[in-house]
Amino acid sequence: MYRYDEFDHAFVAARVEQFKDQVQRRLSGELTEDQFKPLRLMNGVYLQLHAYMLRVAVPYGTLSAKQMRKLGSIARVYDRGYGHFTTRQNIQYNWPALGDIPKILDELAEVEMHAMQTSGNCIRNVTADHFAGAAADEVADPRPFAEILRQWSSLHPEFSFLPRKFKIAVTGAEHDRAAIQTHDIGLHLKKNAAGELGFGVYIGGGQGRTPMVAKNIRDFLPAEDLLSYTTAIVRVYNLHGRRDNKYKARIKILVHETGTEELTRQIEAEWRALKESDLKLPQGDINAIDTYFRPPVLPERPEGWGTLAVAKRADAGFAAWVDQNVTPHRHPDYGVVTISLKPIGGIPGDASAEQMELVADIAEKFSQDEIRVSHEQNLVLPHVALADLRTVYDLLLTDGLATANAGLITDIIACPGLDYCALANARSIPVAQRISERFGAPARQSEIGDLKIKISGCINACGHHHVGHIGILGVEKKGEELYQITLGGSADEITTVGEITGRGFSSEEVVDAIEKIVDTYLGLRTGRQENFLAAYRRVGAAPFKEALYGPVSRAA
Amino acid sequence: MTIKVLTANRLTDGEAVWLGADGEWRETIEGALLARDAEAVAALESAGKAALGANLVVDVNLIDVEERGGELYPLRLRERIRLSGPTIDFEPRKKPENSAVSAA
Ligand code: HEM
Ligand code: SF4
Repeated sequence: MYRYDEFDHAFVAARVEQFKDQVQRRLSGELTEDQFKPLRLMNGVYLQLHAYMLRVAVPYGTLSAKQMRKLGSIARVYDRGYGHFTTRQNIQYNWPALGDIPKILDELAEVEMHAMQTSGNCIRNVTADHFAGAAADEVADPRPFAEILRQWSSLHPEFSFLPRKFKIAVTGAEHDRAAIQTHDIGLHLKKNAAGELGFGVYIGGGQGRTPMVAKNIRDFLPAEDLLSYTTAIVRVYNLHGRRDNKYKARIKILVHETGTEELTRQIEAEWRALKESDLKLPQGDINAIDTYFRPPVLPERPEGWGTLAVAKRADAGFAAWVDQNVTPHRHPDYGVVTISLKPIGGIPGDASAEQMELVADIAEKFSQDEIRVSHEQNLVLPHVALADLRTVYDLLLTDGLATANAGLITDIIACPGLDYCALANARSIPVAQRISERFGAPARQSEIGDLKIKISGCINACGHHHVGHIGILGVEKKGEELYQITLGGSADEITTVGEITGRGFSSEEVVDAIEKIVDTYLGLRTGRQENFLAAYRRVGAAPFKEALYGPVSRAA
Repeated sequence: MTIKVLTANRLTDGEAVWLGADGEWRETIEGALLARDAEAVAALESAGKAALGANLVVDVNLIDVEERGGELYPLRLRERIRLSGPTIDFEPRKKPENSAVSAA
């Protein structure tokens, strides 16, 4: 994986020193809150309902065991013994004292981590497919390019004060696990007929109050043009993006208001002026970064085929976990393990210090020292030999980490909502917990099959509700929590924004409403092979609305 | 008019605090300074400005409360959750002390 060079070390250290001084001056009263707030936000420090919150970047979701162990130790020493993994492949600490944050940043710097650009109107932490470098269906590892983008965008002077935040995601597989079409720029790494690497380029995706699916503006951008083209996009956006209205400031609005064709023309014109500049990536540079991501040497472990089959026959719980949480690795003797952070009735994305340390230990011994954070708020062990799966499962089982529900109805994404977030209108986590309990029986979940439920506590959509197969949005009405339901959203290679079913449901009603939707699906699907999304796309919203609200009058 | 109290987050650790009748910021709403008329509200507002200026607290807000069974009950759910803490069992292996589900 990528290691900091001298420049990176010096840069992060200088930034921590600077922030240490700023915190000191704030605590002594030399800086007012108005002066300090933009400074703390540049370092990932928010104020929530009950305390400060620190958001730490996990670039493209990749962690080593040592880094994970550090995250656990920070949770124990400076926080209340846990952290929250987010949909942006970051981790958030919910209770740090302001005066401790510089120390936390010092400790993070020891393991080559930081909290910069996790907030503010800059280019945020670049996200990538959490199975990158391991998945059987991958064309090429997207992370070297995510790293190139990270280096290019870090404290980029021209792009530190954009009209609004800017999010880039990269995937290297046809099946999109990085939700690239919901990002400001989505990059799909692929090979052309000649076997050369390049990108499908999408712009203008986003969620929030105006959800939009990104537009494809280039089918194949040669890899060497990545930075010049990205610069052209961000430059056009920086110039023309709306600074007059925060709600219209994202690039999605510029794309929408200017028109994809005209904006593409402007970007291409800008790019022509940059194409042959020093933003052109020499192959040597790409290779240099590539070496950091060279796939680990995986010894042949063919004995796993037999032992796995035997172990599965002997233990139905283990078999269910393997079937649900282990996906194909490009090496046939290995698997990619999803560690669910969604125990039945638990808090989506939360992990205790001990759990983080356990995952670190397992990764060191059984996954080539690699861990990933997924945007679905789970953790991933990317390189586990089939022969080791039983041991890994047993270890995960010791601390509640072996829930066999990856991709199922209880694998719910939920934002912090009103339990933590100062912007929230309603709680998200308790709704997720109750849904999880309602559907938690293994046989029931498995019968229902693939179904993504995503919950946000306000229209900012941090919980991705717009692109949930079933989305739930919390609003406040007359002082009460009310939940709007959307159906048919999706964030993979066929991205769609869900449609609102109709009037919202109270906190007491919402789980029953979800159950009605699920039962309706079970009643109308053509068979188990037709998952919820496919069935919804076939029949549309009508049967679900009828189940929720009663027969629709034909006259209306 | 509804009763108002003044709340904020403490500068050093961000903890939610309420302005007490004794003029100190406290970690509970119990014993908060109550404003029942415009004049008292103005006094709270200026106390808030002063505390902000003195760098004791941030994010100062006036909130609406009611007296219910001898206790102060914030009218908005948001404020009840600020008072009770998260309504979920958030601390690993530890039950929340004052389960806030009752507050919600
Ligand atoms: C207190 C904490 C948080 C605050 C104040 C916050 C604030 C916001 C705001 C204002 C937006 C809307 C941006 C826009 O539409 O321009 C947003 C979007 C988003 N946030 Fe958060 N957020 C918080 C926590 C989180 C968490 C915990 C996650 C991950 C679970 C997250 C991930 C996202 C994502 C994925 C989006 C939508 C994608 C997009 O930008 O279009 N945020 N957030
Ligand atoms: S969606 Fe709203 S409630 Fe949820 S974390 Fe984002 S800003 Fe907070």
